[in-house]
Amino acid sequence: MTGRDLLGIEDLDRADLERILETAERMQEVGRRDVKKVPTLRGRTLINLFFESSTRTRTSFEIAGKRLSADVVNFTPSSSSLTKAESILDTAMTLDAMDPDAVIVRHKVAGVPKRIADALAAPVINAGDGAHEHPTQALLDCFTVKQEKGRFDGLTVTIIGDITHSRVARSNLYAFTKLGAEVRLAAPPTMLPSGIESLGAKAYTSLREALEGADVVMVLRIQQERLDGCFFPSIREYASTFGIDRAKLRYAKDDVIVMHPGPINRGVEIAHDLADRRPSVILDQVRNGVAVRMAVLYQFAGRKASREG
Amino acid sequence: MASGRIWIRGGRVLDPSMGRDEIADVLVEDGKIAAVGADLAASGGEVIEAAGAWVVPGFIDLHVHLREPGQEYKEDIASGGRAAVAGGFSAVVCMANTQPVNDDPSVTEYILDRARQESPARVYPVGAATRGLGGEVMTEMVALVDAGCVALSDDGKTIMDSGVMRRVLEYSQLARVAIITHAEDRTLVREGVVNEGPVSTRLGLPGNPSTAEVIHVARDILLAELSGAHLHVAHVSTAGAVDLIRSARERGIHVTAEVTPHHLTLTDEATLGYDTNTKMAPPLRSAKDVAACRAGLADGTIDAIATDHAPHAVHEKDVEFTAAPPGVIGLETAVPVTLDLVRAGEISPLEWVRRLSTNPARIIHRAGGSLAVGAIADIALIDPERRWVYDPAKGFSKSRNSPWAGREMIGCVIATLVGGVLVWDVERGVLLP
Repeated sequence: MTGRDLLGIEDLDRADLERILETAERMQEVGRRDVKKVPTLRGRTLINLFFESSTRTRTSFEIAGKRLSADVVNFTPSSSSLTKAESILDTAMTLDAMDPDAVIVRHKVAGVPKRIADALAAPVINAGDGAHEHPTQALLDCFTVKQEKGRFDGLTVTIIGDITHSRVARSNLYAFTKLGAEVRLAAPPTMLPSGIESLGAKAYTSLREALEGADVVMVLRIQQERLDGCFFPSIREYASTFGIDRAKLRYAKDDVIVMHPGPINRGVEIAHDLADRRPSVILDQVRNGVAVRMAVLYQFAGRKASREG
Repeated sequence: MASGRIWIRGGRVLDPSMGRDEIADVLVEDGKIAAVGADLAASGGEVIEAAGAWVVPGFIDLHVHLREPGQEYKEDIASGGRAAVAGGFSAVVCMANTQPVNDDPSVTEYILDRARQESPARVYPVGAATRGLGGEVMTEMVALVDAGCVALSDDGKTIMDSGVMRRVLEYSQLARVAIITHAEDRTLVREGVVNEGPVSTRLGLPGNPSTAEVIHVARDILLAELSGAHLHVAHVSTAGAVDLIRSARERGIHVTAEVTPHHLTLTDEATLGYDTNTKMAPPLRSAKDVAACRAGLADGTIDAIATDHAPHAVHEKDVEFTAAPPGVIGLETAVPVTLDLVRAGEISPLEWVRRLSTNPARIIHRAGGSLAVGAIADIALIDPERRWVYDPAKGFSKSRNSPWAGREMIGCVIATLVGGVLVWDVERGVLLP
């Protein structure tokens, strides 16, 4: 593996990604047992340091850690010293002094996991930072696609929604292109960030063109508060132009699958009846998230890493 | 003490005011330049051997934040003045965003009083253009200038109301000083913290489009044309602004401009590690913008190099990128950093000196920027080849927020004289009378 920390997919190469996905397959088998626990990380301590609330991702990491027999500690900033204006680095260094084997960080501002990683002895795993990266989400998305399609080469992955504010879009863009797939991004022009094509994807403002021949459709959550920033005029107009339903899906391949990182806004970016049934694989993504995070913890928290290591 | 004689012998004298670039001696007497020429016969006084060094008019930094009064934990007039002379600046022009704001002659007088007591460098205050930097009600400009202000500006609190800016420019002609604009349209900047483009997209940080600067420079140039006033554009960072300033000058509009060392030498890619010491306002821009700023400086469109020396404490910078205050310190690194343009052959040594001394003096209507006989003896000696490693912790500024920490520097200020008094000697440090 390239580095001590998992800060973003941008830092990984294809071999790194394939290794994690292969490990995740073995981890998935653990989840199918009656006793869903192996002793791999026994005696290790993991800290979930979530400055931004996220019940889903935090729970997924917690279950992943516990299935590996690690001790998982959740640090909840709202009820702690952060309200006393302690700096983020001071908080992180205080936790680091308790010798955890990995710190899993989520923050609403891009770059915070990197700053924390620079300061800590423990490896840092990014659980989502601002609009920068969400590497474990991309890994579980890739894992899901691999299970469905068996390959990445030659696939077309279309990501639809607020690309500007999406860490999921960025991490998936890096992951799928590194693995050999073609990535398309579709959004209103206000939600396609400047220079996005320099990252290796093709940008579309026509949903139909973006869907043409797609193997995978990934739908992003649209956030009501973007109305304030003048990014789109109304939920209604967004739903009618970029919301995905079965009629629009006909432009894609017959065996297309539909993914969503959750939580979903039914009837907004995804039609109600599409969210629950094939070709949607949204709950498979959640299930796979545990196996993929077990693989990540195994690789990044499983060795007693040193600052130099 | 000013009556002392100092012989500066055998240096390369670079005096843009006289178009002089030759090996010569400089004789300083009574705080003034007494003679310049080859092999002046020395008799008495201190001798400074300058062989291999450049002898230049003391530099004048049009844009610094000294933080006094009010934020002395970041910098004060004493520490900023020391940093200035160690960087070859015999004078600094300090912005009005102190606490209290320099929008009243009493604050101006306080700054000047402190400078007389504490600063080895000359200090020229900028008065606020509007009360409390509020962008609504203009200050008593005549009184501020009478008290010693050399220009007026709300700097980072850009005046967004075009009607107010128009009146500020019109009225400034009564005070006979420039209005300095920090040209950024805040409605376009919004939460933007890095240059909008591939880098902001990769970082996932809100972008600040170059258009925010260009559109505001265009507005202010048009208002300068309407009013006939002297507009000075602070820290130009975009190719579009350079083009607009160039064409405005061709049309005879009274607009001058400055550029910072960081906008001349760093691109937005320096921000890729989320180092908050690469967060500035305006932000570091693309390679194309940097090239345009360098070309604009070389062809004279941009008159001056100014540091925008903006000290912030470590604990203020060591936070999330979006929460960190923008700005970097620059007084002690400006010379080696901008000598890069000279080494690259983009600007001659004489023109480089003009951008750092003669032109800034002209913009604020103050003495300096000249080694002509009779001129005030503000002088810097520069060894353009000497290498050293910059450590902000060992510098004179109270703050350490520099993007060049730990970098090897080529070019060193070996001595600075203010009013004929040696105040900086690289071997002995800052010397105070």
